[in-house]
Amino acid sequence: MAEYLLIESRDPFESNDVGYYYELARGLSEAGNQVTLLLIQNAVLASRPSAQAPQLRALVSTGIKILADDFALQERGITKLLDGIQIAPIDVVVDHLEAGHKILWH
Amino acid sequence: MPQKTITIALMDPPYESENLTTAFRLLDVMARRGHNINVFAYEGASALAFAKQAPHPNPVHGKNVAEENHPTTKDQITALLALAAKNGGKVDWVNCGMCVDERGVGEFVADTRRGSPADFHSFCEASDNVLVIPTK
Repeated sequence: MAEYLLIESRDPFESNDVGYYYELARGLSEAGNQVTLLLIQNAVLASRPSAQAPQLRALVSTGIKILADDFALQERGITKLLDGIQIAPIDVVVDHLEAGHKILWH
Repeated sequence: MPQKTITIALMDPPYESENLTTAFRLLDVMARRGHNINVFAYEGASALAFAKQAPHPNPVHGKNVAEENHPTTKDQITALLALAAKNGGKVDWVNCGMCVDERGVGEFVADTRRGSPADFHSFCEASDNVLVIPTK
């Protein structure tokens, strides 16, 4: 079992590729890996409870840890998140780098 | 946490993408933790360390250069190198040679250097971990 950090920088309304990235997270998790999905930059727009982002909602409670970058949220005035998504500092990326986890950026 | 060696590849040009804001935030954390940092500045990112970048005024808002306080990436890189050194780490910042030649940005701030993708390969082999931040 490997540990993955998947960093998503785009919002799903900007690019259909985002859906594939969510599916990559799901696939890695279902294959027995430990997966963290970090939403940064415009990707945090999908974390709002009012956002029409069913593919992200479907990842909640699947065992994938979903985080949203605190700075990106603050920049965009987002204070409420979907249940199951946690606010995190950018330091979390360095934590994963230090631990030798596999890190992908989209 | 013991000192690590981490390689970051950047591709975005200065003043365009939020990717670089995030990248500099990451580099700041790494420098504060005292890690050794390798940066391979590829494609548009090869202009990040260009020494002739200059801050500008904002005549629309009636601000002079000092009041506008426009940040330049060359100054951010200089500050990054100083921060890493202060915390016991070092930064090896390599600017892709072909990329800088194409763009005419071959004059770099101090303690950054010219290189090639072969340096990125060497960085990867010698690092504890690697993060590639691609363009969109």
